[in-house]
Amino acid sequence: MAIKKLAFIVDKPPYKTETSRLALTHALSSQSVEIYLKDGDNVEPFLAFIGDGVLNCVKNQKSLTMYGVTSLDMHIRNALLFGLNVYVCEEDIMKFGLTEDMIVMDSDHPDGELKTQIIPYTEIQKAMETCDHILFF
Amino acid sequence: MGKLTIGIFSSLIGSMSLDFALKLAEAAINKGHEVNFWVSGNATMLSKKAQRAYRDYSFLEKKVKELMERGVNFTACEACSEARGYHKEETMEGWKRHHMDWYLASCFDSDRVLHIGGE
Repeated sequence: MAIKKLAFIVDKPPYKTETSRLALTHALSSQSVEIYLKDGDNVEPFLAFIGDGVLNCVKNQKSLTMYGVTSLDMHIRNALLFGLNVYVCEEDIMKFGLTEDMIVMDSDHPDGELKTQIIPYTEIQKAMETCDHILFF
Repeated sequence: MGKLTIGIFSSLIGSMSLDFALKLAEAAINKGHEVNFWVSGNATMLSKKAQRAYRDYSFLEKKVKELMERGVNFTACEACSEARGYHKEETMEGWKRHHMDWYLASCFDSDRVLHIGGE
């Protein structure tokens, strides 16, 4: 039995390219990875948004209304609902003049208890150091 | 010898990242390592058959077939392919198509993961 930790690090902004969306969809696919693994084995992913990537976390995105495509904040809410830790770099939030009330902080679902953690970059780096693999988007 | 997973997200045309990733896979195979090669997003373009060679553009179908024969496991994201209209019948022979969880499973039992992001 083994658990492998995977870090999904996102530094690309949303929508201009598909990159940050792919980070979220790949991270969320951890929900069904067990079908390929031995009993007891699993992966433990977390998501960290740094640099321009913190813009993915702005809430009330309207891409579904405007373009008919799911928004990145919807995916982040799902990640929180499915139990993925979501870290957002505190310094980069400040850099963009964003505040906690402008960021997706929870799943907005009655069963979702996990909250987004706005933490200094040094804390994100510590989390990365505990990972088996780092996937940089 | 080790197991390497290469995950790549860049398109066949418009970037040289796929060219580089295949060279990397070849180098790993030459050293006796096992290689899983995952394409997602725009990189699924690599899995499309009947690519035509022009000197102005990367032409990698031949290299893919060569590496496949040498044991590199090529797998494309099914959802990313279908979203782009690359259907199973248009996929190069020998490619597998799976959902994204396959990539994470490959990461699980790989000694190293080289993740080469998108544009």
